[in-house]
Amino acid sequence: MWKIVRQIGRTGIRSEAPPDCDDLQRVEAERIQRELLAILGRALTIREVDAGSCNGCELEINALDNPYYNLEGLGIRFVASPRHADLLLVTGPVSRNMELALMRTYEATPAPKLVVAVGDCGSGCGIFATSYATCGGVASVLPVDVVVPGCPPAPLDILRGILTAVRRCRTVAVTKAP
Amino acid sequence: MRVPGLELEIDRLPTPLPIWHARVDADAWQVAARAVAAARGRLVALWGTDRGWRVSGGLAVCAAYALDDGLVWLDLPLDADAPAYPDLSPQFPCAVRMQRAAADLLGIVAIGARDSRPWLDHGAWPADRFPLHEQGADDATASRNPVVDYPFVRVAGDGVHEIPVGPVHAGVIEPGHFRFSVVGEKVLRLEERLGYTHKGIEHRFTQFAPLEAHRLAGRVSGDTTVAYAWAYCMALEAASQVEIPARARWLRALLLERERVANHLGDLGALGNDAALTFGMAQFSRLREGWLRLAKEVFGHRLMMDCIVPGGAAVDVDSTAAEGLRSQCAATLREARELRSIYDEHAGLQDRFVGTGRVGPELAAQLGLTGLAGRASGQTADLRVDHPWPPYDTLAVGAAAHRAGDVAARVAVRFFELFESLRLIGAILAAMPAGERRTDVRLPEGASFGAGWVEGWRGEVFVALELDGAAQGHRIRRCHCHDPSWQNWPVLEHAVIGNIVPDFPLINKSFNLSYSGHDL
Repeated sequence: MWKIVRQIGRTGIRSEAPPDCDDLQRVEAERIQRELLAILGRALTIREVDAGSCNGCELEINALDNPYYNLEGLGIRFVASPRHADLLLVTGPVSRNMELALMRTYEATPAPKLVVAVGDCGSGCGIFATSYATCGGVASVLPVDVVVPGCPPAPLDILRGILTAVRRCRTVAVTKAP
Repeated sequence: MRVPGLELEIDRLPTPLPIWHARVDADAWQVAARAVAAARGRLVALWGTDRGWRVSGGLAVCAAYALDDGLVWLDLPLDADAPAYPDLSPQFPCAVRMQRAAADLLGIVAIGARDSRPWLDHGAWPADRFPLHEQGADDATASRNPVVDYPFVRVAGDGVHEIPVGPVHAGVIEPGHFRFSVVGEKVLRLEERLGYTHKGIEHRFTQFAPLEAHRLAGRVSGDTTVAYAWAYCMALEAASQVEIPARARWLRALLLERERVANHLGDLGALGNDAALTFGMAQFSRLREGWLRLAKEVFGHRLMMDCIVPGGAAVDVDSTAAEGLRSQCAATLREARELRSIYDEHAGLQDRFVGTGRVGPELAAQLGLTGLAGRASGQTADLRVDHPWPPYDTLAVGAAAHRAGDVAARVAVRFFELFESLRLIGAILAAMPAGERRTDVRLPEGASFGAGWVEGWRGEVFVALELDGAAQGHRIRRCHCHDPSWQNWPVLEHAVIGNIVPDFPLINKSFNLSYSGHDL
């Protein structure tokens, strides 16, 4: 146990004062956290759906969970079921073999059903194009709020995409209010 | 190279690793299968091809075997009216799913195969159109009748019930379906159904220019982008008879070992996490992030995509970059050693790791378990050791060898290979020759074959490439990419038998197989 404690002590809190982390990125992450709290006032829950990606996007989405980005510290959490999710984070060129599962996941998600399409494939401009086996971008199957291009996009770009979707949802809700 | 018991006209392909290509007839196909099995060779890949009207030959089935001397690619032309070939699964059980996939994509069938259920075909294309035929399926022919009643094998008995999982999983991972038959907590049987990420990659290859398709190869499985790009470029360079500069080989090995380290760091953290030691996840994911950031800085891409290109490498390292890479290796080594001793001494963690998801050496040999998971179960194959191609011929790669075959052994192999790759990176940086990093690739005038074979972090990656000549516009006629996950997915079904359901995520992670690389 003492070794673990020593290692934790030695490592320090990387997400707040990472010596080899880009300062600009740190400032950006803190700004995102403030905005998220201001907009939602609560946690944002995400269900990730790989609809046929090469797993490159999943690697970068998983990276959001590392201490540098400290996603949970920002109030954002990945959940196991779409029924618990505010937002779907979808990757891949939507393979035809995943089309049904993706639509069912969307149907199972409660409002506001935000959808962020991640990666060039999800955005509809990916290397796999449209074929006998793929439907094309996520927008060809679901209404998409925000796209995050990149092959794969960096974790901070994905985070920015998530926040943009949340902000847009807030704007729409305000305009609709009587 | 001789295949025991066969007299073959066999061509040596101009590849850095020993690879041969030969045409066979149906009898020789079977003789070869038995002989390779008797010599304890491995079936590396099985795939089909349609050479169409352009070359007399039409449909063919191919098998790649690994023997002590190297790899032999056998090519069996098939009858256009009844395209069938002798089943390889009696000798090589891992052939079953590859044969099912070949039937889905090309309509070629294995005579006598016991399992003829569709595999990659989930009903997305019409039953009478085959995607890899010359006149194959296109978007216009895509059908939208998903198969929702796949015939899983049912387990009967008192108290047996099924747990269906997926294709959308609880974590941030790729999609696939697992059907567990359980009694209480205990798993009696697991049956996988894959193919959800099938995106027609092999068909897509034919739409790419040969000099551009390394980008597609690098996206067969994102976590193995370097190994695939290298294997594809090796195949293209063999087909074009191009010798790449010495420095390019060293740069490629540097990228490959860095990819191995990045993946092992990620997996070691995730394995700790799946055994409820979130400390391990935090520590290793921090190390991995540092690794990716330096890759971005030095190579311009966090996962090192598109860094290997036909004729060499698109990136280089100067002395400043080399110093950065070296000092990161030293820091990672220091920290990973500390973390290993924490993992080793953590009773709770070891309780979950030891004895869980065991695949003994005999079962592993029988099922063809390969790569990193194979080396945890007494299967010693590692291309960097068995066929050390430059620069590995001067690096004396140490081979991991464990026999316990449980999660603990797969963790131990990862630690061993992590430390070995850190050493290799240092050795590569110290000995890298100066010179050009890239040469021009001139595509061949006539039709040609090429193959690439690389030890990726998960196991051996194999690429078989057929190019059309100048007369047909230098097209890619066929590019088959093979991921070691094909061999290892069926073994996972065995590894989980008798374990409890909550240990499945841990066992699964200890293999960490690719869905995308398998589904293509």
